[in-house]
Amino acid sequence: MNSVHDMGGCEGFGPINPEPENSEPLFHHSWEGRVYALVRMLGLLRRWNIDMSRYARERITPAQYLSNSYYENWLAGLETQLVESGLTTKNELITGMSEEVAPADLRALVLQPDKVETTQLMRMSYYRKTAATAKFKVGDKVRAINQHPKFHTREPRYIRGHSGIIHEHYGAQVFPDLSAQGIEEGHHLYSVRFESAEIWGASGPSNTAIYVDLWEDYLEDTRS
Amino acid sequence: MNEQHSHDHEHTEPPSSTELRVKSIESLLVEKGLVNSETIDKIIDTYETKVGPNIGKAIIARAWTDPQFKSDLLDKPDIAISAFAEIGGQGEQIRVLENTDQVHNLVVCTLCSCYPWPILGLPPVWYKSAPYRSRAVADPRGVLEQFGTTIPTNVEIRVWDSTSEMRYLVLPQRPEGTENWTEEQLIKLVSRNSMIGVEIVNPPTMGTVNE
Repeated sequence: MNSVHDMGGCEGFGPINPEPENSEPLFHHSWEGRVYALVRMLGLLRRWNIDMSRYARERITPAQYLSNSYYENWLAGLETQLVESGLTTKNELITGMSEEVAPADLRALVLQPDKVETTQLMRMSYYRKTAATAKFKVGDKVRAINQHPKFHTREPRYIRGHSGIIHEHYGAQVFPDLSAQGIEEGHHLYSVRFESAEIWGASGPSNTAIYVDLWEDYLEDTRS
Repeated sequence: MNEQHSHDHEHTEPPSSTELRVKSIESLLVEKGLVNSETIDKIIDTYETKVGPNIGKAIIARAWTDPQFKSDLLDKPDIAISAFAEIGGQGEQIRVLENTDQVHNLVVCTLCSCYPWPILGLPPVWYKSAPYRSRAVADPRGVLEQFGTTIPTNVEIRVWDSTSEMRYLVLPQRPEGTENWTEEQLIKLVSRNSMIGVEIVNPPTMGTVNE
């Protein structure tokens, strides 16, 4: 969906003001760590996937998204997901009081403290098998399709309609546009190189190229 | 931390509405049996003490001192990185980007905050912020200047927008003057920011050589 999370090329957000690397705390408030841990932990219940989490944050209204801190957006996304997945009711979130204990099969999946270290460091693989053969190969010229879906997509706006060259074929990986709707399919994924001038025009940054990871669904053959 | 301050009331701000909301949600989820507060403590502790840029720094220092490892890291990152800790089978989803005299690499996620956290830890606030996410792809040299980094105009800048589950680690150039340094000494020289590409690794100053 076209919203403010898709920031590539926007102006006016001001200076970056990075905190010095050696003095930046991991969490700036203790509740941030708790939100982070809650999201990680609840994710293991498999009631949603990473694309659904991103989509929940993308649906935060633009003014709210931009005024929230990062972990405030995580919290708002989590509240959406708790209700949409049925893990809690809207009323439970409002009152903070449980109406019903979660079913035993769900409670059995809750991560226990002694399993944290082994589980935390693992990141799942997003490679999936597909019967489809890859449409493109390294060196092919492709164009990012002009699309404006109402749902989750990982094709950023700033490259839509622009042409680039396939830099690498990463194999088939979970396609986020469907994954955010609960359908898991592996689609071919590529790294595509775009020249700066192709995207930003003649006044854009010189001697610069932008590499974007794009699924085959986002690409068209420029010969057609 | 002042000892004279350890009397029995706290000079803290009243809790923010966000803090209260988080407490309320956590206690609700505990009551429903969906989370465990000890697990939450343990996850926070793991990130505060174990997950961080140290793995990335060790990978870079090894690449600087072991040509075979460097070549594997660039060509077969899955095999090379799996030798460096329990980060599961995700090496195959990492690409290592080598900075050279001709190319400087910079990593961003314009859509959210994708970052190679198992080897660099959680991303800093600036990496997740609108100013960085919006400008890195459109004005990388201007962004680099804000980190005090000037890349000569004859060096190509490659910006990597992490729009998929692939993760990118920049292999910075080994600074001059470190030819006789050991791997352990080099680890201390590598900054997290240099592995994102917003900084270069500076040559050692007199004070750090014999550290």
